[in-house]
Amino acid sequence: MRRYAQIYGLMIRNSLIREMSFKANFLLWMLVEFLWFVGQMIFLEVLFSHVDALGDWSKWECVLLIGTHQITAQIFQGFFYVNLAELPDLIRTGRLDLMLLLPVDSQFAVSTRKFGLDNIVNAFVGVAIVAFSLWKLGVVPQFHQVALYAVAIVLGVGVHYSIMFGLATMAMWIMRAQGLIYGYFNVFNIARYPDSVFRGVFTFIFSFLIPVILVANVPARTLARALDSPWAGLAQLAGAAFLVILGTRLFWHFALRHYASASS
Amino acid sequence: MSVGTASFNSKSAASSFLKYWKLFEIGLQNTFVYRWNFLLRTIFGIVPLIGMIFIWRAVFESSGKPIAGYEYSSMIFYFMVTVFLDNLITPTEDEWQIAAEIREGRISAYLIKPMNYLLYRITAYLSYRLLYIAVVLIPILGLAVFFREYIRLPTHFSTWPVLALSTLMAAGIQFFIAYGIAMLSFWILEISTIVFILYSFEYFLSGHVFPLDIMPPWLQGFLHWSPFTYELFFPAQIAMERVRGAALWEGLAIQAGWLIFVAVLARVVWTQGLRRYQAFGG
Repeated sequence: MRRYAQIYGLMIRNSLIREMSFKANFLLWMLVEFLWFVGQMIFLEVLFSHVDALGDWSKWECVLLIGTHQITAQIFQGFFYVNLAELPDLIRTGRLDLMLLLPVDSQFAVSTRKFGLDNIVNAFVGVAIVAFSLWKLGVVPQFHQVALYAVAIVLGVGVHYSIMFGLATMAMWIMRAQGLIYGYFNVFNIARYPDSVFRGVFTFIFSFLIPVILVANVPARTLARALDSPWAGLAQLAGAAFLVILGTRLFWHFALRHYASASS
Repeated sequence: MSVGTASFNSKSAASSFLKYWKLFEIGLQNTFVYRWNFLLRTIFGIVPLIGMIFIWRAVFESSGKPIAGYEYSSMIFYFMVTVFLDNLITPTEDEWQIAAEIREGRISAYLIKPMNYLLYRITAYLSYRLLYIAVVLIPILGLAVFFREYIRLPTHFSTWPVLALSTLMAAGIQFFIAYGIAMLSFWILEISTIVFILYSFEYFLSGHVFPLDIMPPWLQGFLHWSPFTYELFFPAQIAMERVRGAALWEGLAIQAGWLIFVAVLARVVWTQGLRRYQAFGG
């Protein structure tokens, strides 16, 4: 375990050095994120100029939800996204061989090569959004709520990671699969919507099979709804996170057995 | 002599057509390896659409009255039309391919061949779009069957040719913007941030997320003249017959104006870029 921590420390250090040599790019990526946030706020503004609530979520609760999604997604993207997005390329070109030869766990090796500082900065922007929406809602969270919120965020990052990892692993069978990467963004597109707008079979699909709507909704509810018990939601999120993490790990090992490297 | 020249010209025109036809065929074959990619993209692309449909259902349940002339059913149909048009005309790989060809110096191989790079890219774009829509038509048709009760095909026959024209111009605007942006690779190595900044504007301002006419009135003036409106929203409005008469002709004129503008701009950036071009590597 200590060895993994040391290796990971070195990886992060390398990434930071690399990142700081492209400062303009760093700032531009932050601009992109900012534009997306503004776009989402305009969307909410337009919706709430016609209605007072979406499901049982008020406007500033929806902002809280967007901020929470931002924190979770950006932490995931900072630590894992680039690595997983490059996995199909590693598989296609056969460079995965080098990763498999390393004396560390193969999943660890392919998941932790790079680290994005700009995403972590954006995660803090998410924290600011959450704080602002809480202020607008007039909610002052208790310490235990904040602690549970943090736990739920970590579980959410786990769900983000596993779903993207599962998608990227499919590249073992499907070459040239940029569509898999877009799949991640498409699936998590709905993570920032209030859970109560979904109905019927889709509620089941997106909270059990592909548990994307739990990821931001569970922590946001923990923070905003002090009167409701958070435990049922948290247990569901924890169970879902455990299942997708385990499932995609098994899938990765299954896929590795099919890996034939790139022919030379 | 003049007869000879004429026949020579028509012969060269024919051989030139054949040349680009061949390129079109090659484009189709090359694109075929992406078929899984296309299918996955569309299948996953349905997820945001489902989210959008539920959001609007909640909105209409809660407001109980039409919003800017949209009912729940016409809102669903709006998203079906935009998803179809988006899959039909939005370039997905072209800017990345062009940028890579410039950055890695592979464009030299095209420059020395007796063909026009722009025409080559247009044939590649067309073949790519054609195969893309052929593959993704299956999930899209599935969606259409699922939501068949919301489909309101145009009632006036004259809508169809105008829709075709507007869709063609929208495709042209999208293509030339992608082409022009990719040309920036002559000056800078990494264009992905610029592509994504532009993409953010396109995403929100071309009508992907919501129909633009539900935006507040003070924005409508800007949206009326913005090029993004004419990349997707305007043809969708024609398909839904929400724009007719004088407003239709005015819109088509603005669209044509933007098409000419981006085409000329792409041309200028290309000639300027070539002057700066030094092939890297061998």
